[in-house]
Amino acid sequence: MGIGELSFIALSFLGLGLFTFNCVRIRKNIHLGVDVDRSGSLGARLKTTLLVAFGQKKMFKRPIPALLHLCIYAAFLFTQIELIEIFADGITGSHRAFQADLGVLYTFSISLIEVLSVLAFVATLAFLARRNLLKIPRFTMSEMTGWPKLDGNLILYFEILLICFIFMMNGADEVLHIQDGKGTYGFAISSRIGPVLFGGMSVETLHLIEQIGWWGHICMVFVFLNYLPISKHFHIILAFPNVFYSNLQEKGKFTNMESVKKEVELMFDPSADPYAAPAPDASDAAPTRFGAKDITDLSWKNLLDAYTCTECGRCTSSCPANQTGKKLSPRKIMMDTRDRMEEVGRNKRKNGKDHDDGKSLLGDYISEEEVWACTSCNACVEECPVNIDPLSIIIDLRRYLVMEESKAPSELTTMFTNIENNGAPWQFSPMDRLNWATEEH
Amino acid sequence: MSEKIKVPTMQELAASGNSAEILFWVGCAGSFDDRAKKITKAVVQILNKCEVSYAVLGTEETCSGDPAKRAGNEFLFQMQAFQNIQLLNGYDVKKIVTACPHCFNTLKNEYPELGGTYEVIHHSQLIQDLINSGKLAVQGGGQFKGKRITFHDPCYLGRANNVYEAPREILSRLDAELVEMKRCRTKGLCCGAGGAQMFKEAEAGNKEVNIERTEDALETRPDVIATGCPFCNTMMTDGVKNFNKEGEIQTLDIAELIAQAADL
Repeated sequence: MGIGELSFIALSFLGLGLFTFNCVRIRKNIHLGVDVDRSGSLGARLKTTLLVAFGQKKMFKRPIPALLHLCIYAAFLFTQIELIEIFADGITGSHRAFQADLGVLYTFSISLIEVLSVLAFVATLAFLARRNLLKIPRFTMSEMTGWPKLDGNLILYFEILLICFIFMMNGADEVLHIQDGKGTYGFAISSRIGPVLFGGMSVETLHLIEQIGWWGHICMVFVFLNYLPISKHFHIILAFPNVFYSNLQEKGKFTNMESVKKEVELMFDPSADPYAAPAPDASDAAPTRFGAKDITDLSWKNLLDAYTCTECGRCTSSCPANQTGKKLSPRKIMMDTRDRMEEVGRNKRKNGKDHDDGKSLLGDYISEEEVWACTSCNACVEECPVNIDPLSIIIDLRRYLVMEESKAPSELTTMFTNIENNGAPWQFSPMDRLNWATEEH
Repeated sequence: MSEKIKVPTMQELAASGNSAEILFWVGCAGSFDDRAKKITKAVVQILNKCEVSYAVLGTEETCSGDPAKRAGNEFLFQMQAFQNIQLLNGYDVKKIVTACPHCFNTLKNEYPELGGTYEVIHHSQLIQDLINSGKLAVQGGGQFKGKRITFHDPCYLGRANNVYEAPREILSRLDAELVEMKRCRTKGLCCGAGGAQMFKEAEAGNKEVNIERTEDALETRPDVIATGCPFCNTMMTDGVKNFNKEGEIQTLDIAELIAQAADL
């Protein structure tokens, strides 16, 4: 085994090992959330995953970015074929290990990847322009400055590098193949641009360029792979499980809190003993908080949502509160949840699992003003291409504010009192409920 | 509309040993809000005209708990829900119709887990059934013939429960010109009242949501803005007034449109 193969294997172990390590960390963070049942309905879940995640169905509500995104997505999916070959070549020291066996199919596959890569290249440039030149409001909002802006651009630069390396590799290889007297490989793009870019170069130079392309590409793959866990771009992996575990019930249905149900049932049970000691089996469990103050009160699905969010901002641009200048941005809710989760995870790793840094999602990241600006219209949920649900987080934060801290805008407190006293959100006598039938007007 | 309307209550029916096939859940807005009461009356006129076997709970009805739940007060919501479920189950209610998408959503989706399982429909779905089964006719569309009507999707009917077609199908029977706003169906913009916003001032911003939505509606140059929710109705009515267009544009619930077109 030569130095090339050894280097490749070492690089692979390092790249995949580090990635696995970070995935485990993220998995642990997601498990900081409380349990929610998303089992069952396998058929419906698979169908949703096929349509929404693989089929990009919801992306196409906005056709232009959807088409551009589809180019990159398709290129990403099909390039995996070439990546398998790169691994095979890297480990065994072979050159284009699949070419001999696959023949025409091989030429077709590589050609398809090349065509998609060109489309992806164009799409990437368009995305860079959208982010940096065109003043698209959802990319210039306050939560999109600093790291999120840099992150968005870095991803696009990485993609450009990945594509350039592929064409260096294939282009130089095409010229080498022709110079060897074996004729062209017949790859759709590199058979044309290869001779233009690299024609007339010496064999040594061509080999060097081919090797830079090959190593450059695989190095970028590992860099990108290990960039994912610190980036919004992790959606390329989490989009699939996130859609699979999405809420399949009507969007208007909010969860009925079991902890509250028990209490209310007790109140409605005439035979219940108000002074009874709690049931022995329940005594060990720590009393859970009503609603959510921090990420550990949210469900693992909320947390998975947060890691899946790629900050496209469709939710925010469709949010009625945001459109009318309120502070609420559903995307920021997801980003805050993720950032706080990272912080809590980091703290726990450093200082032990019971560490409390005295901070919380509500207050230190998300303000009450944001929480109360929501109309619960579900536009953000409807809009999200990967079925993220910012609304359920907002409602859980409201639940904490109301039920743990008795903190609601004063008009809402009045509304609660009215419902308690006279069974309507306004101050009307319940005895007047049928007056409409007898009133003349 | 000067004569009083005949409205049976569940209590009366039960006392005389009778029952009704459908409970008409009026809701708090429909019971107390002066504008929404007109919608309630229109629904009752349609129910009476079609001789639907229905009744209301009258003074026994109480808030479904929806605004409490959306505002995060799960205790209050469940207290309301348990009370209502005891009452509804006591009358052995099987089917409920309501003109309020918020009550509709809560009764349909959130009551079953608490012990109250009913077939819950929105009044647009009932009217659709009545028209399709030939019990209700709106030949020619009456005064709305040829008028431009735009329908505002209530969030809790549309996105929350995927009911988009029933109201549109009813409106299409009016022989009117149905015009869609640029944001409609799944993309419909909220009127600004949902999530308990109806009961509080909006947070600081640069515009009210109902103004933004009314602009969408005005772009269609409508004669009528049709709604399917008493809260949307209030918000759109206020929005139209804000633009001083109340003289030329009517904001009407689909039940009112049908009742007026059918000359009830």
